[in-house]
Amino acid sequence: MMAPPLADTVFAVAAGGRHAALTVIRLSGARCADILTSLGAPGSAPRMAVLRSLRDDAGRLLDRALVLWFPGPRSYTGEDCAELHLHGGGAVLEGVAHALSRLGARPAEAGEFTRRAFLNGRVDLLQAEAVADLVAAETDAQRDQALLQMRGKVSDIHAGWRLRLMRLMAVLEAQIDFPDEFAEAGPNRAVSEDLATLARELEDHLDRDRVSERLRDGLVFAVVGAPNVGKSTLVNVLCARDVSIVSAIPGTTRDVVEARTIIGGVPVTFVDTAGLRETGDEIEQEGMRRARERARAADLVVLVTDGQERPGEKALAFRPDSILLVRNKIDIGAAADGWHNVSAARGDGVSDLRAALAARARALAGSRHVPALTRPRHRAAVTDAAGHLRAAAALHDAEFAAEELRLGIRCLARIGEGIETEDVLDLVFRQFCIGK
Amino acid sequence: MGIVHTDVVVVGGGHAGCEAAAAASRCGAQVILVTHRLATIGALSCNPAIGGIGKGHLVREIDALDGLMARAADRAGIHFKVLNRRKGPAVHGPRAQMDRALYAAAIRDLLAACVNLTLHEAAIEDLLVDATRRVNGVVCEDGTQIHAGAVVITTGTFLHGTLHTGGEQRPGGRIGEPAAIGLGDRLTRLGLPMGRLKTGTPPRIRRSSIDWDGLEADWGDAEPEPMSVLTSAISRPQLACRVTATGKATHDIVNASMHLSAIRNGQITSAGPRYCPSIEDKVTRFPGRASHQVFLEPEGLESDLVYPNGISTSLPANVQLALVRSIPGLRHAEIVQAGYAVEYGFCDPRGLHASLEARTVRALFLAGQINGTTGYEEAAAQGILAGINAARLAGRQATASISRATAYIGVMIDDLTTAGVTEPYRMFTSRSEFRLSLRADNAPSRLTALGQRWNVIGEERLRFAASESEALAAARLAAETIRHSPTAWRRLGIRTRDDGRVTTLFDVLSNGSLAPDDKERACALLVTDDRTIRALCHDAVYHRVAVRQSSEIRAAELEHETAIPEHFYAALPGSFSSNTRRILMAYRPHSIGAAARLEGMTPAAVAGLMHAVSSCPR
Repeated sequence: MMAPPLADTVFAVAAGGRHAALTVIRLSGARCADILTSLGAPGSAPRMAVLRSLRDDAGRLLDRALVLWFPGPRSYTGEDCAELHLHGGGAVLEGVAHALSRLGARPAEAGEFTRRAFLNGRVDLLQAEAVADLVAAETDAQRDQALLQMRGKVSDIHAGWRLRLMRLMAVLEAQIDFPDEFAEAGPNRAVSEDLATLARELEDHLDRDRVSERLRDGLVFAVVGAPNVGKSTLVNVLCARDVSIVSAIPGTTRDVVEARTIIGGVPVTFVDTAGLRETGDEIEQEGMRRARERARAADLVVLVTDGQERPGEKALAFRPDSILLVRNKIDIGAAADGWHNVSAARGDGVSDLRAALAARARALAGSRHVPALTRPRHRAAVTDAAGHLRAAAALHDAEFAAEELRLGIRCLARIGEGIETEDVLDLVFRQFCIGK
Repeated sequence: MGIVHTDVVVVGGGHAGCEAAAAASRCGAQVILVTHRLATIGALSCNPAIGGIGKGHLVREIDALDGLMARAADRAGIHFKVLNRRKGPAVHGPRAQMDRALYAAAIRDLLAACVNLTLHEAAIEDLLVDATRRVNGVVCEDGTQIHAGAVVITTGTFLHGTLHTGGEQRPGGRIGEPAAIGLGDRLTRLGLPMGRLKTGTPPRIRRSSIDWDGLEADWGDAEPEPMSVLTSAISRPQLACRVTATGKATHDIVNASMHLSAIRNGQITSAGPRYCPSIEDKVTRFPGRASHQVFLEPEGLESDLVYPNGISTSLPANVQLALVRSIPGLRHAEIVQAGYAVEYGFCDPRGLHASLEARTVRALFLAGQINGTTGYEEAAAQGILAGINAARLAGRQATASISRATAYIGVMIDDLTTAGVTEPYRMFTSRSEFRLSLRADNAPSRLTALGQRWNVIGEERLRFAASESEALAAARLAAETIRHSPTAWRRLGIRTRDDGRVTTLFDVLSNGSLAPDDKERACALLVTDDRTIRALCHDAVYHRVAVRQSSEIRAAELEHETAIPEHFYAALPGSFSSNTRRILMAYRPHSIGAAARLEGMTPAAVAGLMHAVSSCPR
């Protein structure tokens, strides 16, 4: 798909909206100055708020608004920008939006301001994506992660990899272009080992990234157990809301019900599943099949019992490291060692359970201060790069190893700065005394 | 005094000038080559060797365009060696040491065989430039005007050249020859962006004064591999080089006199090549090294001169003698001619189109060291393209260029015209992103057909190329038709991967770890000549990479071909940062690909440029 040309001037509601007291409309593009003039708010001093009467082309008053003018290139997008701080309410917003459209501006696409900032060299790609994540962040942990990335911490890790790749490339290239300096014909063992080490580091980083991706997308906790052990009640209590119909009749929850909440600073989706039991009801069977599927894909399985062992429970303990055992209904039954004993109905033990869940959530989502890559695109680039480095490490012909290394470098260049021939030659001439 | 008319005039008789004149002549143009001294045509001013890694690739490409260098080298070579022989064929670097006199004679013979090519001895003082900034010819020092449809300038290190030996400095382009001052001034007045670079050369030693006994001999390959595909065998006797090395005594002498060296005492400020350091640079930059190798290369079969490769210097002559005599085998050495550094003017190659025509002066082509390169091969390779384009322009045809994906020539010219130079530019294989596809051995298949379209290929080579490519195509067809199961291959004495799959002979040959004996048995299944078999094996080894690279090449070319119309710069969209704007306005790149390679262009700026160009009215 072809992106719309940058010549357009775009606008979007940046804050507020119909039901807020204030609405902020942001504009970006070459026609900003013209549009302000036409609205009756001509050139004020840059970055100074001024009060202006905005009028449409028929001269009708639209609003008395605060107007800010940010001439390019020292603006968020690098283009001429402006902000209109309007009074809230649908009528004002609609009137101004209509006037802007008539003056040749168009509503911005999602993320278009940041995209323009990227295209104009105001932010790098990682930072641009971090802005998007920041705006979408629901939790403190997500926000910290996005801020780390936006401040370029992730870019720093990339810079480290880039430098080491450059050094390895320099050795390989020197072996090819200046063989007099080297006794061996192929890449020496040190180079192969370094390549393998770097590949492993990239892979380790990917593991950490899976954590980071979880942080961005949130965790999934599946709540499973026999029918009528109180799974839905427990979910309701943990999420402080009425998620499912709760009743004493086994099999009330026939499908998968989801509830989203924040535990330990991490967004968690509880998947409340159909109880597992022998049944002839087709709909309920389908519900249980889905329950098992979700349980298998979940980050944590919360197995709930009420003290009476039932067939099928054991089968769920297939991942002991990612299972949390909860004994419910201690108000009517006995507590058990090694289990989290709660009464969802009375609230006994719920805060301890919540603390345990928070600890697991934080462990699963990783430390919020470790910068990592949070997008599948980044993971793909690093995965591909690691693959090429592994291949390079295994090759004993310098020219083939260098080719794999070049491809690996190019993969990483998809999300960071690339390596130019001159960078490599610089290192070669600094490290080796070349030339007879 | 008088006026002479011709199609193309070439100024300079070095490697660039000779190839330019010969190429223009092959294209059918009337050519006059003007040099200030006919006797130095084809001179090897520095080391007596042609080729190497990267450079050897260029020589093969020049040959594939029917140029002179490879053929002359084959006639004059006295020590042939393919460098990197133990690595894959893509990075083999054919190299040969020359008998200087034989090389110059071979070049003169080859020039004499060119039709409509006249050699003229004169210094050029000025260019004839009309009001539209088009060059119409040159003015010799005696006032003679040569009017031409196109002019190629190949003045090497002669433009405002200065020679330095110790504290002594004098104008000159090469030892004993005057600098080109008038022409340098003229190019400056034309507004071509000029800069200065430096290079150096070692002292020359009398052969009979060297104690050869006890020095390790370095022989060439037992079976010398010719540079040109047209050469069937090397007939000259082959000589050995001897290898010696500097030691602590040498380094002490250099260190004690460092303040007297022209390149270290502040006398020379321009950048020299880092890959060809003087002995002063080596000692300073690598103080931890106890020794540096020195190759003693004979300058010819009859010559009494030896070129000590590795001790280029601009120290005073008396220090040079002490330095040389501190090296094993050279205790009684006599210096026939002292080493020196030369500083010279060059034109910033970013001022050139990919055709090597100046961007701001029509019909003026520059080639060789004047564009900031170093090396005979780099110069010759530019010369051949400049000659072709001068002939085309004079004949009112569109000028041509060579892409990065096609040849090292294309890589070099693209690097020069888009990134410019900060030190003398030399070819390395690492400069090509398509290294595994641009091999020395497949240069004819990459370039000869292209050259044929430009009419620069002579009849002999056309016949040869046609039969060779036919033989290769036939062998490839056969190799892809012969198919066997692993069991059947084993019965033929060839071990393949035992996965039960039927494979072709081409598949078998593409296995890089095939045992040499098995490979020999596999090749024996083909009925063709050795050269064809070798080419086929190389194609097979790189086949998989070649397939991937060709899709990469297509993508790169697509990007490269996205042209930026000139009027785009007349109204550059306001969305560019001031830095991007400055870069774009300074170089006005003609395509997205060219813009992307400009220094300072960030990926984001390129992405922005692509958007802006795509929305720019045609």
